[in-house]
Amino acid sequence: MDSNLNFIFGHLPYWLFIILMLSGLFIVVSRGNLIKKIVGLNIFQTSVFMFYISIGKMKGGTAPILLDKSANNAAVIYSNPLPHVLILTAIVVGIATTALGLALIIKIREEYDTVEEDDIQKMDQNDLKKYNKKNVMET
Amino acid sequence: MALTLKHLFAVIMLSGAFSLVSAMLFVVMDAVDVAFTEAAVGAGVSTVLMLATMALTVRVQKETKKPILLPLVVVCLVGVLLIYGTLDMPNFGAFDSPAQAHLGSTYLNITYKDMGIPNVVTGILASYRGYDTLGETVVVLTAGLGVILLLSGLKGRKDKE
Repeated sequence: MDSNLNFIFGHLPYWLFIILMLSGLFIVVSRGNLIKKIVGLNIFQTSVFMFYISIGKMKGGTAPILLDKSANNAAVIYSNPLPHVLILTAIVVGIATTALGLALIIKIREEYDTVEEDDIQKMDQNDLKKYNKKNVMET
Repeated sequence: MALTLKHLFAVIMLSGAFSLVSAMLFVVMDAVDVAFTEAAVGAGVSTVLMLATMALTVRVQKETKKPILLPLVVVCLVGVLLIYGTLDMPNFGAFDSPAQAHLGSTYLNITYKDMGIPNVVTGILASYRGYDTLGETVVVLTAGLGVILLLSGLKGRKDKE
């Protein structure tokens, strides 16, 4: 019984991050507004970062900034620095993709005069129908 | 909240607040460098970019009825799979997890000797992973070029029409 409880509390942070990630995924899939989709993508991304950082965390550890210069101080526990390094890179790449996505949204709004997915799809289908009709008339 | 709100301004502000809270969570999990990158980039730059996009496009979301069942099923399926994946993982904060057993402690020992920087994360980022950081700046440059190319055509098109 005790080991079960231990297991659940030990894994609860992971599950919370996964639920957060799923809420981001749900926004991306179910909302039509493109700006909301980007917000959902950001939530998704940040929760993946949290998950990654949580793997490097050690109980009773501190930030990986050396307290005494000779390092090997056995009394101090440092958390794993490698996930931090990877996520620093990922955050910067994430903002780059976000910026590109937002620029695409501005361009889409310029062409279609809307940022709603449904309207864009409808306009595309209408265009396709018109194009097909024209081809049939010509041949 | 982001699901039901119609005003995009509120959605974007909430997303900024979420970034700030997540930065605090990073501090709690000992990742101070990640925390202030997230606070500067996630809560700062990203919010500003989204506000600018909102100002250039629309402020209020249109009322649309989208089917909710299929996304819900897909999301639940993904969630079950991911949680199934975590069952084999070591407990949160465990000392003997595979992630702690290998390279992390090695870098903690050698970084100060090699670089003379007490901040291990900075040391790794700038030296051992220096080429990767260079590649990252290339990614940012490419994204910046893409944004410029996408947005530079805007005014010309309007004038033509």
